[in-house]
Amino acid sequence: MKKTLDELMKADPMESKAVLVIGGGIAGIQAALDLADRGFTVHLVEKSPSIGGVMAQLDKTLPTMDCSICILAPKMIECFRHPNIALHTLSEVVKVTGSVGDFHIDILERPRHVDMSKCTGCGACTEKCPVQVPSEFQAELGMRKAIYIPFPQAVPLIASIDREHCLYFQKGVCRVCERFCLSGAIDYEQQPREVALNVSSIIIATGFTQYNPQEIGEYGYKRFNNVITALEFERLVCASGPTSGKLQRLSDKKNAHRIAFVQCVGSRSQRIGFPYCSSVCCMYATKGAILVKEHDPESEATVFYIDLKVFGKGFQDFVDRARDNWGVKYVRGRPGEIREHPLTGDLVIWYEDTYEGKVDKMEADLVVLCTTMIPRPENKKLADILGVELDEFGFFKVQDPLSNPIETNVPGIYVCGCCHGPRDIPESVTEASAAAAKAAESIQPTEVGLEG
Amino acid sequence: MSEETTAPRVGVFVCHCGVNIGGVVDVPSVVEYSKTIPGVVYAEANLYTCSSDGLNKLKEAIKGHKLDRVVVASCTPRTHEPLFRATCEEAGINKYLFEMANIRDQCSWVHMHEPEKATEKAKDLVRMAVAKALLLEPQEEPEIEVEPSALIIGGGIAGMTAALSLAEQGFQVHLVEKQSELGGMLLRLDKLFPLDRDSLELLKPKIDAVKSNPNIRIHTTSMVKSAKGFIGNFEVEIESQKGEIERIRVGTIIVATGMASLEPVGLYNYGSDERIITQLQLEKILKTGGPEGVRTVVMIQCVGSRNEERPYCSRICCNEAVKNARLLKRSDRVRDVYILYRDLQAYGTRYSPLERIAKRQGVKMINYQQEKPPQVVSEKDAVVVKVFSPLLDEEMTVKADLLVLSTPLIPTEEAGGLSQTLKVPLGSDGFFMEAHVKLRPVDFPTGGIYVCGTAQGPKDIPESIAQAYAAASRAAIPMTLRKVRAEAITASVNEELCIRCGRCEEVCEFNAITVEVVESGKMTTRVNEILCKGCGVCSVTCPTGAITMRHFNNKQIYAMLEAVLRGH
Repeated sequence: MKKTLDELMKADPMESKAVLVIGGGIAGIQAALDLADRGFTVHLVEKSPSIGGVMAQLDKTLPTMDCSICILAPKMIECFRHPNIALHTLSEVVKVTGSVGDFHIDILERPRHVDMSKCTGCGACTEKCPVQVPSEFQAELGMRKAIYIPFPQAVPLIASIDREHCLYFQKGVCRVCERFCLSGAIDYEQQPREVALNVSSIIIATGFTQYNPQEIGEYGYKRFNNVITALEFERLVCASGPTSGKLQRLSDKKNAHRIAFVQCVGSRSQRIGFPYCSSVCCMYATKGAILVKEHDPESEATVFYIDLKVFGKGFQDFVDRARDNWGVKYVRGRPGEIREHPLTGDLVIWYEDTYEGKVDKMEADLVVLCTTMIPRPENKKLADILGVELDEFGFFKVQDPLSNPIETNVPGIYVCGCCHGPRDIPESVTEASAAAAKAAESIQPTEVGLEG
Repeated sequence: MSEETTAPRVGVFVCHCGVNIGGVVDVPSVVEYSKTIPGVVYAEANLYTCSSDGLNKLKEAIKGHKLDRVVVASCTPRTHEPLFRATCEEAGINKYLFEMANIRDQCSWVHMHEPEKATEKAKDLVRMAVAKALLLEPQEEPEIEVEPSALIIGGGIAGMTAALSLAEQGFQVHLVEKQSELGGMLLRLDKLFPLDRDSLELLKPKIDAVKSNPNIRIHTTSMVKSAKGFIGNFEVEIESQKGEIERIRVGTIIVATGMASLEPVGLYNYGSDERIITQLQLEKILKTGGPEGVRTVVMIQCVGSRNEERPYCSRICCNEAVKNARLLKRSDRVRDVYILYRDLQAYGTRYSPLERIAKRQGVKMINYQQEKPPQVVSEKDAVVVKVFSPLLDEEMTVKADLLVLSTPLIPTEEAGGLSQTLKVPLGSDGFFMEAHVKLRPVDFPTGGIYVCGTAQGPKDIPESIAQAYAAASRAAIPMTLRKVRAEAITASVNEELCIRCGRCEEVCEFNAITVEVVESGKMTTRVNEILCKGCGVCSVTCPTGAITMRHFNNKQIYAMLEAVLRGH
């Protein structure tokens, strides 16, 4: 049976076989599961209403083209149901003292304004709520309500009120959700809550954010309706996205037949954005291009790149399939400028094909900017709270990148996933398990097997 | 047993799910209909069956109406079956006597504009679920003891890291290495990227720690001869070079056998000219203070990789070339170093900065295309390399004193044999194949066996180390618990129908089904219920229908089909 939070909190703080995992994306989920499966108590802290992270937003995963949420959701549910995992959603770590073996943690839990023990996730409240808000889950391409469940597979599957947009909290009127909630779960009086925890070690798995390509004026992001980011494309092409998976321009509902993917937007540049390679874009663009072709084999998919990063298992084969079987076009060159046709909204990409040695232009219905994975701005604050270092870019820093790729400068604090640089899902999952092993090592030797 | 004599008593619980189901499907009419289905002795509607109130009602009904089969018509088993099963167990009935009808996804959601039809379909689904429920049998999940010890095959950086992590956590470890020394490929490398640290600086403390750890037993010049058993209970024979055999029992196995480096025979005049070497040979020269008197060095990338024969990218060669190019520049500033590459794989925050430093130091990068590879001619005073640069639209000629070929990491010769011994798969590239490319990167499909390091595919040292810790974490789970629960839904063979053709054995991914010779030379098909994951592939492959799956047997499925076709 699932233990209650109180039971987990009482779980012997002095023997403290508890671990704090910060961040509920795939890395945090895997680290939590590995530890909990061995009997450790895990406090999984997530600042949004649901765990799942960016992987929950992706359409397919490469190279197998598995539906992303379909392979992630069972793990999310496992986290929720696990007797040894305490989920702290809408929560942030605000204070940490102590050292390895005995960290004292204060987390601040924002009010959900929905009683978690009563809400069944039926969604009646969200249906009746009159306020439309851009949905974070839909990369703001779709709308949600002020009381909402971020996505159908959210964990916990419980509504939460976004106070910033709720009419009752802003203007003192409405309370429609309360009227329509048959379980009586709405609670406008909930207050922020501080929760004190005692843990042996800490795993940072706070992930990344996306570079905002508005800085690169010549690509016209936000100026031109049909220039979108790769994450927006993921939602657009996804069956649970704003167009139910139809490859349509949101601006004019026109079917998008000619789609270009631009690599290194905000990366590999000394001039603007970030100097490093973002590691995963070449492959997700290839996946996107295949999805375009799957939707309509007659459509055109072009990838503009500098160096095609095919270094992972099965990646070259995936690119070969895209090129040879699907007819995806690869052009070596970084586009110089994107222009918008003032009447049709179509785009003209000016580029240099560096292999052909010529400057050329190409028309597209939709341009997808493959933006860099960058450090979260709040890393600095968390690093200060934890006493760990950040690297030159603002990612969490490992103490010894060669021999100890997951340990920070503070004993007992580990990192995994994209919080310490761009990496793909398998690498994040691997590191999550690795961080779990290190956390387990730092707790105490298991009292088994020693007698031989 | 009394269960066989008394008729099953089925209870049906239909969930409104607030308005989610109730807003479309006429739930009360589904309840009334359910009461008329033969075998159903009780039916009720719940606002939310999954709420604590709903679950309590379910438990009360099981007791009050002496139910021994439960059908919940609600949402998806993916999210809610575990909850309802647990509730049945709490009420004292075996959790496999529970069945679910998904009238939300399959009725109210997809037919939201056709409430009558959605209601009819909900009735159909309930009727099917009841038909199956009547034939359900209790199932047990056997519990297996797990030996808290591990076998790690391969004494390179990955194997040693995994061994130490497990030993630190208190587990007994057997570390098997085919060479006479621990260290693996790192013994052959000079400086290591990204920090240009000496490989021995990394290796030496690791080897010392392994050697001095009382929980680790090292078996050098040894190989795994055979392995039998399953998670928790593997019996392994380790054979030394002298032919001595030692038998050990371990609970888990980690494969960390590493890789080899391609010998590029026949490529770019390799083998016919001493001035043409591989990166690995260059490492050796650098290690001993060389190279002497070398003014111009050319490196060619993707030699023997990213081609038809070996389509994969070897991941580390670009970064190794960049590192060695920088070392060559550092030891002699006026030396010219060229890297001829196709796509430079300087990925992430670790390698991108090194590419820039190399360029700043004057390492010259020249792009070439696969269709126009560099041409190499051995002349007396130089190795002449001609390369067409598409970026400059020009063919260039470089007279090199040393030509270094970046060849890919390839699977070891022993990988194939070990794959058969342990019955774990290799991918099309010849490296060990993990259970799931995204979410199970260090597990094999077979429980209790894990993989790490370059045995799984080319990767650098930090990545190998991270994987080694990950494999240690995964292996530690069953070893800490000292037990695992096996799947209850497994295959079973009807010996009378079985013709021992062995097709089931061929298709089973988990080595759970085998055709064996028993005493008196008779053949029999045996299912190892611990290894079987209940996927059902054997069952559909069996030409005589001899294999059925527990909890999804033919009788149950036919009953469901009959129920839906019969109508009401």
